[in-house]
Amino acid sequence: MSESESLASIQPPENPGRRRLLAWTTGVVGAVGVGAAVWPFVSSLQPSARARIVGAPVEVYIGNLEPGQLVRVQWRGATIGVMRRTQRMLDDLENLADQLRDPDSSSDQQPEYVRNFHRSIRPEILVANIHCTHLGCIPQVLPEVGAQPFDENWRGGFFCPCHRSTFDLAGRVYRGVPAVLNLLVPPYRFIDDDHVLIGEDPTEGAV
Amino acid sequence: MAKPASSINKNIHAVGQWIDERSNISEFWKKHLSEYYAPKNFNLWYFFGSLSLLVLVNQLVTGIFLTMHYKPDAELAFASVEYIMRDVEWGWLIRYMHSTGASLFFVVVYLHMFRALMYGSYAKPRELVWILGVTIYLVLMAESFMGYVLPWGQMSYWGAQVIISLFGAVPWIGDGLVEWIRGDYMIADATLNRFFALHVVALPLVLLLLVVLHLAALHEVGSNNPQGIDIKAKKDAQGRPLDGIPFHPYYTVKDIFGAGFFLIIAAFIIFFLPEFGGYFLKADNFIEADPLVTPDHIPPVWYFTPFYAILQAVPDKLMGVILMGAAVMILYLVPWLDRSPVRSLRYRSWMSKLALAIFAISFIRLGMLGLSQDSSTFELRLWTFLYFAFFILMPLWTSFERTQPVPERVTK
Amino acid sequence: MSYRHILIVLVLIAMTGAVHAAGKGGDLDHADTNVHDRAALQRGATLFVNYCMGCHSAQYMRYRRLVEDLDLTEEQVEEFLVMGDREAADYMLTAMDAADAEAWFGVTPPDLTLTARSRGTDWIYTFLRSYYLTEDGWNNTVLENPAMPHVLWDLQGIQRPITETYTDEEGQTRTRVVSLELDEEGRMSPRDFDRAMLDLTTFMEYMAEPAVLKRERLGIWVLLFLGLLTFLAYLLYQEYWKDVK
Repeated sequence: MSESESLASIQPPENPGRRRLLAWTTGVVGAVGVGAAVWPFVSSLQPSARARIVGAPVEVYIGNLEPGQLVRVQWRGATIGVMRRTQRMLDDLENLADQLRDPDSSSDQQPEYVRNFHRSIRPEILVANIHCTHLGCIPQVLPEVGAQPFDENWRGGFFCPCHRSTFDLAGRVYRGVPAVLNLLVPPYRFIDDDHVLIGEDPTEGAV
Repeated sequence: MAKPASSINKNIHAVGQWIDERSNISEFWKKHLSEYYAPKNFNLWYFFGSLSLLVLVNQLVTGIFLTMHYKPDAELAFASVEYIMRDVEWGWLIRYMHSTGASLFFVVVYLHMFRALMYGSYAKPRELVWILGVTIYLVLMAESFMGYVLPWGQMSYWGAQVIISLFGAVPWIGDGLVEWIRGDYMIADATLNRFFALHVVALPLVLLLLVVLHLAALHEVGSNNPQGIDIKAKKDAQGRPLDGIPFHPYYTVKDIFGAGFFLIIAAFIIFFLPEFGGYFLKADNFIEADPLVTPDHIPPVWYFTPFYAILQAVPDKLMGVILMGAAVMILYLVPWLDRSPVRSLRYRSWMSKLALAIFAISFIRLGMLGLSQDSSTFELRLWTFLYFAFFILMPLWTSFERTQPVPERVTK
Repeated sequence: MSYRHILIVLVLIAMTGAVHAAGKGGDLDHADTNVHDRAALQRGATLFVNYCMGCHSAQYMRYRRLVEDLDLTEEQVEEFLVMGDREAADYMLTAMDAADAEAWFGVTPPDLTLTARSRGTDWIYTFLRSYYLTEDGWNNTVLENPAMPHVLWDLQGIQRPITETYTDEEGQTRTRVVSLELDEEGRMSPRDFDRAMLDLTTFMEYMAEPAVLKRERLGIWVLLFLGLLTFLAYLLYQEYWKDVK
């Protein structure tokens, strides 16, 4: 405010302390009100009830899944691969550690209950979000052992055509590729021998 | 490491100075708030200007968020509104804030305009403020009409059908014009789409621009007051009006209090009466638009009904439309129709007071008649006549009536 | 000063009068519903699913919503309310095929999600209780010659019309229904049937706007908060305006 002499119609305040207190109180209460009013607007941008229902757990039938075969399902917009691995593949997984960036799944890319070398609840069944952890492309599935243009000693796994990242058949990332994280494993549980429910933990229920 | 408080303050000050050297913010603040001198005798009626601004902000914010979920598609629009009401977190609140805000916008704007008529706020030197204000009102009517079509209920559809058909009254080009506005042979998806574009982008921009100009024009000439006294006539040594007080803090704190009071009323409607007895949200608009079934009765929203009544008062389509248009456009002429040497009603004779009272009553009564289906033609014409008489006879009584002398200084 | 106050009062009276006038009464009975009554909502939901959803849908309403709003578990909703092989996440859609319905009734039964908002609760409540039987079949005093038969007749019983003859403006003799009389008792007493229809109406009111529950509960707190804020703002305004001479 101007420092010059006061206006004809204004006399200086008698009790500036009370004024300051009232201004602060009103300001704080008003700020709380504005905060409370902002909340519904911020909240309205969350996934709506419809999106949450579309994102509900997905049931997958695996009774007819052949060894070495991978099926893809959509869960919350992401492609989830469900694969039945052979004994040969599982044996291989234990011997790849020195070629992998994170063989023990120490980074937070999976629920606690699949933090093992095969990264799954049942050793033979792999459930993984197969989007490449580099930039989100969907890698090719090349489960067979044999020389590939990008790797002469290919032991089977996922190959991302976008930037040549490679993952083994447990979704663990190889060294020296652009991706640095293992494939994400979503929460899932087995309903019975032949049905997997993607999107729900074995114990805690829906996420 | 924590710096001592004084040093932080110094830094904040420096940042402020850096910005100020490159902009005119402090100048702007002074010109429009801390050193904008408003008359000290504003009364209740002077809340409605700042409240209009508050509602405008509410409409813009809630509108942006509604746009994120709404689908401007004749197949999807109705369902997307129900989606907002049910599936979007807090969507119902945002929607009701917008729909209630639309009606309250007109409440405060009508009261704001009435204030101007009472205290002669349109009179020289504020003619431009008034012209910009009437233009805001016109744009607001277009804005709300198009917004009302978007939920795509029966009232949206048939209301649009009726209003757009009015353009068919234009001689020669009428039919082509109507088709051009609709973008189809009936109200259709194309109509909804263009109304959406105009409602959410074009008209809000125009509205904002006009509001800025309205305020700029006002601050150039200064605010009027209930006594219609020109406070700039008496100034102190530094050129500040003797009866003026800085807008900030005095009118900011007062307007905050007014806003609080207004918000209580608005919240009561939003949380307990969102349909407001069918005035803010009409029952028939909860039925999806159906081109095969016309509702029994298609009244416009309450804020348009006075003009709708004037339309009904005339037994000819073209003349009705012309008269309805004239009812709004005649507002532009008010600064020149009023010949009184004084501004405020307080220093005018019973003639002005009676005329304004009759005008207010005729406006309200026309509004009530426009809502009803079987209003008597006599009453429609009587109040229409009185509505126009107010403007047409204004030069007469304002020239002849005896006015009282206006005090030199403002009394509280 | 006073003429301004009179004007304000006039405007307020005009507004409140208008709101009252809009609560269209007519000949309808008032449905004294309370949407916050969970038990009534649960009973109404059961009636709706069992008696209405044979033909009508509620296409904007999900079963899932009933879980949180009606204090039910997901299992209860799936067991007692969800029809056929649908799931709780689904919309409440009738199993009846629209083409079949049109063949049987001449019209597709309208969707009922928003009927309580488009017709009003009084209308629903009165309509459901105003069926009567004549030689020509079912009729209704609220909606003449309805396409819908009286599906609740086994609950209500059979009402017969009491008519009177009158002469209309053109001098023609006509008859009209003055009142209805219970001719054959149903499984419910008239009082119980009215209660049941009130429950059903309550449910339909809730279904037309599920947010009503949260809206009204929250509204009280918003008003209290705004009251406090406005009071403080008033004190601040008074404090500053002490300066103004």
